[in-house]
Amino acid sequence: MRFGVVTFPGSNCDYDAYAGLRWVLGAPVEFLWHADSDLKDVECVILPGGFSFGDYLRAGAIARFSPVMKSVIKFAESGGLVWGICNGFQILLEAGLLPGAMLRNDTQRFACQWVRLRVETTRTPFTRGCRPGQILRVPIAHAEGNYYADEETLMELESSGRIVFRYVNARGVPDEASNPNGSRRSIAGIISREGNVLGMMPHPERAVEAILGSEDGLVLFNSLLGTTATGIDPVIRRRMVTDREV
Amino acid sequence: MVKGTVKVRLKDGVLDPQGVTIQRALQQMGYDWVRGVRTGRTFEIEMEAGSDDALRQRLKEISDRLLANPVIETYQVEVGQ
Repeated sequence: MRFGVVTFPGSNCDYDAYAGLRWVLGAPVEFLWHADSDLKDVECVILPGGFSFGDYLRAGAIARFSPVMKSVIKFAESGGLVWGICNGFQILLEAGLLPGAMLRNDTQRFACQWVRLRVETTRTPFTRGCRPGQILRVPIAHAEGNYYADEETLMELESSGRIVFRYVNARGVPDEASNPNGSRRSIAGIISREGNVLGMMPHPERAVEAILGSEDGLVLFNSLLGTTATGIDPVIRRRMVTDREV
Repeated sequence: MVKGTVKVRLKDGVLDPQGVTIQRALQQMGYDWVRGVRTGRTFEIEMEAGSDDALRQRLKEISDRLLANPVIETYQVEVGQ
């Protein structure tokens, strides 16, 4: 599977996603530029974390009108895989590709910490390699991750199995103390009705190597790639970096 | 040139963490008569002249598309002054 990582002005996790895909997983990956509408025939578009357009107005509100997003919306509507991480999730909400909106964290703080995520469904291309109920340890870093939707929308998400990740405690149970931002129903990630557009606040791309503190994010990439690789041997990776970059 | 104003605020019932924090600060400062704070945002927009109705319509269009997020926010538009 060929990946494309979009760079907006203010993206700052685009290289994390790129590096994880290319050097840890050895997957083909390209950067896509916000001002271009060309998606370079990739099969999965990643909208990375960061602060696109300075988070002015509302997080994701300006990025959503970028030329690249016109193509991404068309791509998503025709069934293409789109994965919004953190700011990328906010952009997907603003674009209307996923329901709901983000409010400021109820703590009024920027939340930068490790969280536990419970995988709520394995019936998505992004989680099909997970065990049902698997707990992933991944980081979050956001000020506006307080997921909000009206009751009707929440019920619909719940009943159609579209809540993909929840924040949970050490026993794997969602509760107030383990909810870092006040999200409705401890929601950390949701998927589109058609199952091809995933939005999540946590950063799996920052948890793909032991040296980063966790490899739990790998399972999501592996789900897309249809592999169970636990990463490329560091020696091979170093050689790849040397070969391609120098 | 005509001035248009758009006031955007969170819908009733949507938590406003900024408002809550400001309320707490005011109470800590001794203003214990403060019973609640809700925050919002005002946009002042310079517009090409036109009929009031047309200007109002333009302001509504940009509010719906960009200035406000209808999932969590409401807005009011004013023309003139």
